[in-house]
Amino acid sequence: MYQYRDIDRDFVRQRVEQFRDQVRRRLDGDLSEDEFKPLRLMNGVYLQLHAYMLRVAIPYGTLSSDQMRRLAHIARRYDKGFGHFTTRQNVQFNWPKLIDIPDILGELADVDMHAIQTSGNCIRNVTADHFAGVAADEVDDPRIYGEIIRQWSTLHPEFTFLPRKFKIAVTGSPADRAATRFHDIGLILRKGGESGDRIGFEVVVGGGQGRTPMVAKTIRDFVPEQDMLSYLEAILRVYNMLGRRDNKYKARIKILLHETGVEKFTQLVEDEWRHIKDGPLVLPVDTVAAIRADFALPPYQDAAAASDGFEPARVANPDFDLWVTRNVHAHKQPGYAIATVSLKPVGGIPGDATAEQMDAVADLADRFSLGEIRVSHEQNLVFAHVRRADLFALWQALQAIGLATANEGLVSDIIACPGLDYCALANARSIPVSQRISSLFDDMRKQHDIGELKIKISGCINACGHHHVGHIGILGVDRRGTENYQITLGGDAGPDANIGTIIGPGFDDDGVVAAVKTLIHRYLDIRDDGERFIDTFRRAGVRPFKEAVYGSA
Amino acid sequence: MALLRNGRLADDPWIQISGESPVPEGEPVILDYERWLEEKDRLDGRNAPLGVRLASDQPPSLIADDLARFSLVALEFPKFADGRAYSYARLLRERLGFAGELRAVGNVLRDQFVFMERCGFDALEVHGGDPEAAYAAAKGEITHQYQPTGD
Repeated sequence: MYQYRDIDRDFVRQRVEQFRDQVRRRLDGDLSEDEFKPLRLMNGVYLQLHAYMLRVAIPYGTLSSDQMRRLAHIARRYDKGFGHFTTRQNVQFNWPKLIDIPDILGELADVDMHAIQTSGNCIRNVTADHFAGVAADEVDDPRIYGEIIRQWSTLHPEFTFLPRKFKIAVTGSPADRAATRFHDIGLILRKGGESGDRIGFEVVVGGGQGRTPMVAKTIRDFVPEQDMLSYLEAILRVYNMLGRRDNKYKARIKILLHETGVEKFTQLVEDEWRHIKDGPLVLPVDTVAAIRADFALPPYQDAAAASDGFEPARVANPDFDLWVTRNVHAHKQPGYAIATVSLKPVGGIPGDATAEQMDAVADLADRFSLGEIRVSHEQNLVFAHVRRADLFALWQALQAIGLATANEGLVSDIIACPGLDYCALANARSIPVSQRISSLFDDMRKQHDIGELKIKISGCINACGHHHVGHIGILGVDRRGTENYQITLGGDAGPDANIGTIIGPGFDDDGVVAAVKTLIHRYLDIRDDGERFIDTFRRAGVRPFKEAVYGSA
Repeated sequence: MALLRNGRLADDPWIQISGESPVPEGEPVILDYERWLEEKDRLDGRNAPLGVRLASDQPPSLIADDLARFSLVALEFPKFADGRAYSYARLLRERLGFAGELRAVGNVLRDQFVFMERCGFDALEVHGGDPEAAYAAAKGEITHQYQPTGD
C-alpha cells in the first residue's frame, strides 16, 4: 500500500495543529459556529443527533493492521468501544468529545491516517474497488490512481467551497465493485489509445443517489492516464463555476449535467480541458511509477504449496464450505484467495465492529493476509492475500470472534445507514429494520438457497443506505409523525446500473419486514433454475411481486 | 475594514463607486460590472486607474476583452462558502494573464486566506482583529501543497 513520504507526514501533523487552533478559536468564541462548521467538516467532524461524530478516511479502502489497531485504540479510549465502517469505505466514531478530537487526529497522524475531506462541500475521500490489485478480472490497480487523486484533491485551493460535496470512485474491473456509476465522477480503468494498450479511463459523470437518483453518463470514452488530473480539474472547474448554489438539493453535479444536457456539459468540459491539458497537471511517468511501486504485489508462494489441504478441509467441513462459497473470491495469483470478513452477523448492526474485533482482525491480517485489510463499500472487511491453505484456519479464527458469517451478498448482508438512532437528518430508524430482516432467515442454508439478494436500507431521502440500488430497497420516511417504509425493487449498483422503482404504498416497521418476507417467498415460488432475485425481477417484472404484497387489483 | 496586500496592511487609494455616485476625475476607482458597461465608452481616455468588481455570478469572461483597461479586478465572496471566485481568480491569472491587483472582497476570512492567495489573489479586504498577525499565522499552518496552481 501507499507509504507516506516525509511531506505527507509533516502535512498531516500540521493539519492536526491547524485544527487544534481552530477548535481553540471556536471554544474562545473567535469563530462563530457558522464559520467553524466548514472547518470541522473538512476534518470529518459532524454534529449529530446526540454528539459529535468523527469520520476517518480510509483512502480507497485499504489500511494496514497497525492502522486497524489504532482505530481499535481510538474506539476504546475516546468512544464507546466500537466503530462503524461505512458505505464510503470510511470509519465513523459516534461519541467523541470535540475537545478530544485534535488528540484523536494526532493519534491518527501517528499511523499515517487523517480525517481530511471526509465531509464538507469539497472533493471527498476517494473510493475504489475493495478487491483492487488482486482481482482476477481487473485491468489495473485503481488505488494507484486513487492515491494520485487523494493527493491532488487534498486542500485543493480552488475546490474547497464547491456547491456541494463531490465524490469520486475508481474501478479497475468491468464488474464495477465500486459503484462508479453512482458517483459524481466515476473513473473506469481501461486500455485504449492509438495502440490500444495504453492505460486510461472511461469518465462517467453525474451519478448519485439522494432525493434525485441518477445513473452517471459517460462524457469521454478514454482519457489517457497522463491527462487524468487535468480532465478532473476541467470537470471540477465547470462545476464550481456553474453548479447551482441557490438550492442545496439541486447543487450536485448530477443536476447541472441534467439541466445543461450531456452534450453541452461535455462541450464545456472539453473546452476547459483544451486549455489546461498540457499544463502542469500532466502526470509525470516517474510519479505514477513511484506510486505504482507502493502497490506492487507482495511476494507470493507458488500455487501448489499455497493450496495445500484446502480442498480436503472443504469436503470435511460443510460450514466452512458454505463460507467459502459466498465469502471467498478468485485471486490473480494461483493458490491465493480473497476472503470477505462479514460485518453483518445475523441480527447485528451492519458495519459495526468492536475494538476487540478490530484488534483481532488486525492480528489475523498479520497472520494470514500480509498485514493488510480492505473496507468494502458494502460495509464488510476484506483480506486480500490469503493462501488457500490458510483459509480454514482463518475461518476458524473468525468464528471465534463472531466474524465468520457466511453471508456475503445474501439476504442478511444488508447495507443500512445509521438512521434515526444516530443521524440528525433521518426520518426513520434503519438499524432495527435491518436487524429484523436479517433475522428472518436465521438458517444460513436457507439464505444460501435464496442466493444473491442485495437489501439496502436508508432512514431518509438522502439515501446513505443506497436503497435506490438495492435489489430490494427500503426507504424510511416520516408520515404524519410516524415512521413509514417504502419498498423499491430492481435497483443495481454494478455495471447494469439501475435505480429501483417504488412498488406501492409504504408500511410500518412490522409491515415492511413482513413484506420483504413475502417478496422473497414469491421469488422462490416463481424463479427459474439458476435465477437470482434480480434476474427473476427483470424477467417477470414488478407485477407478481406487487400482487404478492398488495393482493391482485 | 482593512486591506492586506501580500500579507501586509496597505493603504487603499481606490474609491469604490456605489450606486449612481459620480466617477471622480483623476482618482483610481472601482466600478461594479453594470456600471462599467454603462460607462465604458465615456471612460475611454480617462487619466486614472480603473478597477472593476465582479459579483459571484459574473465570470471573468465578461470582461476578457476589456481586461487591458483594468489595473484592478475585485471578486466578491458574498458568503465565504461561495467558492466561485476561486475559479475566476485562476482564470484571470492563468488563462487571461491579468497582472494587476486581484482583490478578494466580501466575506473574506482568515481560514481562507491561503486558498485565496494560491488561486492568485494578492489583495484581501479583511475585517476586524489583527490582520497581519492572522495572515502570518495562517501562512505558517500548512507548508506543503499537493497540487500545482498558478502559484
